[in-house]
Formats: sequence, C-alpha cells, structure tokens
Amino acid sequence: MTRRRGRAWQAAGVLPGRFIIDTTSGDTAGGPRADDVIVLDHVTKHYGSFVAVEEAHFSIARGEFFSMLGPSGCGKTTTLRMIAGFETPTSGAIRHEGVDVSRTPPYKRNVNTVFQQYALFPHMTVRDNIAFGPRSKKLDGAEVARRVDEIIDVVRLGDFAQRKPTQLSGGQQQRVALARALVNYPSALLLDEPLAALDLKLRQAMQIELKRIQREVGITFIFVTHDQEEALTLSDRIAVMSNGLVEQIGSPEEIYGSPASVFVAGFIGQANLWQTVVEAVADGRADVRIGDQLVTGAAGPNVARAGDHVTFMVRPERVKVTVLSPNASGASGSSGASGTSGAAIACEVIDYVFQGPVVRFALRSPDGSEIAAYVGSDEGLPLLRPGDRVWASWDRDAALVLPESANPSTLSTADAVGATAS
Amino acid sequence: MARGGEDRNQRKGTWQPYAMLAPGMLWLLLFFLVPMLILLRYALSEPTDRFSGKYELTFRFANFTDAIGDFGSQFLRSFAYAGIATVLCIVLGYPLAYFIATKGGRYKNLLLGLVVVPFFTSYLVRTIAWTTIMGDNGPLLAISDGLSLTGLLDALKITTNGGMLQTQTAVIGGLTYNFLPFMVLPIYVSLEKIDLRLLDAAKDLYSTPRRAFWKVIFPLSLPGVFAGTLLTFIPASGDFVNAQFLGGPNQQMIGNVIQNQFFKLNDFATAAALSFVLMFIITVAVLVYARLFGTDELSV
Repeated sequence: MTRRRGRAWQAAGVLPGRFIIDTTSGDTAGGPRADDVIVLDHVTKHYGSFVAVEEAHFSIARGEFFSMLGPSGCGKTTTLRMIAGFETPTSGAIRHEGVDVSRTPPYKRNVNTVFQQYALFPHMTVRDNIAFGPRSKKLDGAEVARRVDEIIDVVRLGDFAQRKPTQLSGGQQQRVALARALVNYPSALLLDEPLAALDLKLRQAMQIELKRIQREVGITFIFVTHDQEEALTLSDRIAVMSNGLVEQIGSPEEIYGSPASVFVAGFIGQANLWQTVVEAVADGRADVRIGDQLVTGAAGPNVARAGDHVTFMVRPERVKVTVLSPNASGASGSSGASGTSGAAIACEVIDYVFQGPVVRFALRSPDGSEIAAYVGSDEGLPLLRPGDRVWASWDRDAALVLPESANPSTLSTADAVGATAS
Repeated sequence: MARGGEDRNQRKGTWQPYAMLAPGMLWLLLFFLVPMLILLRYALSEPTDRFSGKYELTFRFANFTDAIGDFGSQFLRSFAYAGIATVLCIVLGYPLAYFIATKGGRYKNLLLGLVVVPFFTSYLVRTIAWTTIMGDNGPLLAISDGLSLTGLLDALKITTNGGMLQTQTAVIGGLTYNFLPFMVLPIYVSLEKIDLRLLDAAKDLYSTPRRAFWKVIFPLSLPGVFAGTLLTFIPASGDFVNAQFLGGPNQQMIGNVIQNQFFKLNDFATAAALSFVLMFIITVAVLVYARLFGTDELSV
C-alpha cells in the first residue's frame, strides 16, 4: 500500500504542493497509473440549472483513506453517488481501475457503499445482511460462508450473527453496514457520513475502529463528511468542497497549514482573516497592509500582482501574545517582505478565557479588527484583564496571503491533468 | 420516570382505561356477542313443527354436519372463488400499489383517491353495473366479438356459449373488482413504509433491480399482502351479492345459500349452522395462514 502522507511532501520542500498526483509521472502511460483505483475526469453534475458538482477532477490511490469534506449541499454526496453509480455525470467520466464506468449501473461496479443510515435489510439477520452481496454475485455457499466468517471477525460481530438489525445498537449496526460492504472485497469502500448518526463518544470510538479496519483490509476508503475534525483525524488526503467545486485536495497537514482559499482556511480550524490588497509580490511572498502596518505572508495560489484583492490569514495558535514589544524595531511596524521577522501589532485585550492547557485571547488591533490568539498556559504570561495592552505577533512563516476567490477547480485540474487525462 | 408514570396513573385513578374501553365493549356486546349467541342458539335448535316458525333448543349438533353434507359444494365453490379473486387482486393490485408508492410523486393522493372512488357508490349499484358491462350487448363482449375472440374465450371457459353473465368468470370478476381496493390500500401502506434506500443498498450489493425487488422490497411488503389477503378473502368467501347478480344457479356461493335459508326457506337452524361452519372454516384458514406467513411480520 502506498500511503503518502503530506508530511513527506513537506519534508521534501514541495510546499505548496497540494496534490498527491505528481505531474512528473503523468506522461508515462497517458492513462491512469496502476495505483489509481478511482479517477474522476472532469466530472460535472447538473440537476436542471442547478450545478451540484462542477469539474471534479482527481484520482484516488489504492489503499488510500480519502475524504470529501464540505458543508451540506457542497456536492460531496453527489460525487460519492456518482462513484457508486446511483447518479450519472452530466459530463466527464468516472473510471474504476482504468475502466470507464460512467454509465454502468451500481450493481455492476465493484465498489460498495456504507449508507448514511446504514440501510440494513430489516427482515434479514446480521449474517444474511452480510451475505447479501456474495449471494447476489452467485458465489457458492462455502465461499459465501468463508467470507462472511472472515469479515464478521474483522468487525467483531460474531456474537450477533443471528440477530436482526433492529436488535442492535447504532455502533453495531454501523459495523454490520461495514461488513456487508467489505465482504465483497470492493476496490473501494464508499462511506456516506457513516458516523453522523452516532453520539460523540461512539463516534470517536468508531473513528479509531474505522482506521483499524481500513489498515486491516487495506481497501481504499472514500469518506464523505461535513465534520472537519473527523476528516483530519482519519484521512490520508482530503478534498475540501464548496458549492460543487473542489476547493483543495491535500493531506490534512497541507489543508490545515496551507489552505488554498479563504473558504478552506475558514472551514478547517480557526483563522484570523483580514481582507486586504496586495502591495507587492516577490519570491512566493506577498506584502499586504493590515491597518497601517505592512505585513507579509506566503502567497497562495493565484496571488500574482500588486492590487489583487486577497485575504491575509494567521492561525490563532500561531499568534504570540507578549506584554513587551517582541522585537526592538518592531514598534515601528516595519516588517514587510524585506524584513526577516513577522508582524507585531499593539493590541488591547478584550477577552481572556483560561481552558487548562490553552489560554484563548480575543484582542483588538488598532484598526478595530479582532484577533484570536491561543497561547499555551505555560507561557508564563501574567494574568491579563480586558483593557490591558499587549503585543500580538507572529513569525512570517505563520502567515498566508490567500486569493479572494480562488478558482480551485482549474487549479486542481492543472495539477491533476497530467496524471489522469487519457 | 417510571415512578412518575406510576404516580400519574394513581392520581388519575384506574377507572379511566375501563371508561375508554366501555363504549366499544358495550357496542360489541350488544351488536356482536348477543346476536352471536342468538345465532348459536338457532344453530343448535330444531323447529317445533313445520309451520309455526318456532324453534326449540335441543342441542342438535347434527345441524352442523347436515349443513356441510348438504352444501359442501357451495362451500368449496365459495372458497375457490374467493381464493381466485384474492390471487387476482394481488396480481392486479400489487403492481398498482407499487406504482403509486414509488412513482406516484405528487399524484400519490390523487391516484389513491381514484382507487377509493368506487366506494362512493353503493356496493349493490357497482355490482349491478357489471351486469351491463358483461351483458350480452355490453362493451366487453362487443370488444371480444370485434377481435373475434369469442371462440377462444369460450375454449378458455372465460365465456360460456359466447355469454359472460351467469358464469364463474362474472362472479370472480365481480369479487375481484369489488375487493381490489382492500388489497391495494394495505399493500400501498406497507410499500410506502419501506425505505427506498434499501433498494439502493441492494443494487450497491450487486443485485439487479429484479433481484433487489424479490429479495428486499417484496419480503418487506408481505405484511401488506397479508393484511390485504385477509381483507379480501374473508368477506369474499361470505359474499352473496356478486353471485346473486352476476352468477347463475350454478354459481351459488355459501352466502347465497345462507341468505336463502334465512329469508326464503325460513330454515333458521340450517342457516345459523351454515354461518357458524363458515366462520369456523375461515378462522382456521386465517390461523393457518398467519402461522405460515408469520403475523410478527405485521409489526415491521
């Protein structure tokens, strides 16, 4: 199994290399690589005039835990249903193991789905539910029994084989749904918000369980969720979607650390965001003005020219809070592209929440904007009260300059096309 | 919670459930149990003399065996007609209910309304209307004549000598028509309750639409078929209206016999005994049927 984590890419200095598919191997065969189980080739889905999915263009590698993340209505479930075969793309193609299945009915596709409410067959026992797929395939009885026994072990349901689904807890039903799909040895397992129906504690337990099962069976998982934490916890790669567009595809670290758009930055984790205008671009960095200060950050995709409307972003945990000015010259606020240090802003404390390991500050900067800062409670800060004057500062590497409206689908296309277009 | 519930029950007293049961119980007592007992008394009685119309309770159990012996063929015919009509109702009604439940969309209620609309006219009028439809100058025979099917229909015993009225076709057809809504509605209700994502799940698990239907949808709709069968078969077995208006002397069902015994021959003892035999057979049949198809499925 190739398990490429973003960490390796970052270590290799390919930031912001947001996409797993590397363009270098694209010209080898012209088709999908042996590793790509599922390929979406410029897939678009319209319902009348409503665009559910636009130009989805990516591929999913064998053994990968791939998540599609976004708010409801972003097109993630539609994308999953197209991969499963319940919807046909309006345009574009879907390939499973190199074969175009865009118009193939679901029962002829070798992928299986774990449905949102599980959709277990209520009139069948757990065992019959699990055996349903193999029996549909007309495997002989001994093989069906062997497979069912095997998978019942993996999901640890041995004691419940003769029960009906209604006699099981939510977590057990979830396992049956998993087993019922996995017993068919699918080339990919599609999971449609499988944990949404569970309470928090069970959900966390099932996350660990899912990960274990995925490692054990080594099957590609394609996971749809609106829960960013769940996606970060489970995934090798995440596709963040919004309004039918794939905003960004990357490892959890990449998505969090180098969001490609304001939407991604805001949807995953907390972020301090300032809408502003580019003053200068040089060397992959962009200088912008917030308030009367010139600050700098790594330039995101599509940030090209001075005058571009952009959003400046700093994660709250990267903001340092100090009582004294963090750098001797910092008071002057000269920390643009030429400077080596980051920015420092004199602020007023408006709120202070102690949360054990972390102290959460809400600060007000001179231009009136609010800055969130999460500081370790071991940083030795004195007890601060609303109204106290402090400095908010950050390293220049902590800041990002993001395009106001990225056109992410064409971005991902540019990166992915070499590998996937035939 | 449990304790609170008990407290509340005690506060409100224990008479309330009985108060709510009382009207229904009283009704059943007066209009079901009492008549049944009167009927049972007749079934075990003998006329005191030939002409007085008076009966004496003599515990003559031979009334029952006589009834079966004399009218066995009408019993058999009744159950055969009712059975065939029930099967026809399933064959016609299931696809209709399936269509309304899955493809009806916003016309669902309209379509269901159309199924129920015949109830707006009286059962008798509807049945008599069929004498026109199936009459010698009616549209059905005109169509079969037009298509030169008369010979074929005769050969298939659907018509007799080119006529349709006063044949078993007419009686079974009438029964099927009259009881079809009782089949469609329960099947519709059970289909409506089925989560259609189960169909997706079955297809996802390599089932063709046909297999998905037979392995998932049909078994889950069986409670509706079960209920519909009871609602059709039981009243159809005891029906006399269809045989009276659409059938001839050779299509008499047990209902006709009972009616005849009561109102024409005034043989209350035989009529009452026949009624009890009919009830008994139907009860046993329903119990066996419920055993075979499992009433617990009804709760799904």
